[in-house]
Amino acid sequence: MVPLWMYLAVAAALFSLGVFGVLARRNAVAILMSVELMLNAVNINLVAFWRYSETGTDLLLNGYAFTAFVLIVAAAEAAVGLAIIITVYRNRRSVIPEEATALKG
Amino acid sequence: MELNAVTIGFAVFTIFTLGGGFGVVTTRNLFQGTIWLMVSLFGVAGYFILLSAPFLAAVQILVYIGAIAILITFAVMLTRSVTRIKVRYIRLLPSFIGSLLVFLILLFGITVPIFGGQLPEAAPQTVASTRDLGAALVSEHGYVVPFMLASVLLTGAMIGAIFIARDEKA
Repeated sequence: MVPLWMYLAVAAALFSLGVFGVLARRNAVAILMSVELMLNAVNINLVAFWRYSETGTDLLLNGYAFTAFVLIVAAAEAAVGLAIIITVYRNRRSVIPEEATALKG
Repeated sequence: MELNAVTIGFAVFTIFTLGGGFGVVTTRNLFQGTIWLMVSLFGVAGYFILLSAPFLAAVQILVYIGAIAILITFAVMLTRSVTRIKVRYIRLLPSFIGSLLVFLILLFGITVPIFGGQLPEAAPQTVASTRDLGAALVSEHGYVVPFMLASVLLTGAMIGAIFIARDEKA
């Protein structure tokens, strides 16, 4: 059996890759892909803690169900985010977030 | 740690996950980036199988690789100027230092309990079937309210995505 900390270490590495992508990439689609990486790292953590936790409680499925809800929210986030990116591209011919300044005061 | 099917699978899925993630944040061509994202998501699905959550692995493949990655591919195709962006990164060095710092802090917090602390062992009987999850999702002691909220959220997101991305002139 693989110990818990190895799962957590992999999830931490994946999360840091996502942080780097969000901060450094210029393309909005690439930023969204990095956000997906971070969400997946969180999901690994949730399932790993669920698997390695005590089993004395009534609800044994907390981590399992929470991961399913994270998946749902990720799907909604991707759909709306990509719709916004496509609309911004249609109006400004650009996918660089810094150039979408229509709401800047 | 003995060498068995679980540990070998863990190593393989680690290579998939982290290699795919590295490809996502470094590749210049976003089409290849989408493929790398699929590789990484596939590795995460493998972790779910190792952690005895096969339903989540199936959902991961269906929703992430089947839907979200395809959606991202469409977005890449609809915004063709993406391949003409000359500069891949902005603020490369601060981002690298910041994410490395995040990783080190997380790794410190993860590995400190190994020395001296009590390590949690895998619970032997937590293999929850899909039937258990289904029953918990609709039981009033379970997750019926979040379940319905998730339905509303998905409907709202779908309508919102259609409304935002609709072409006014067409």
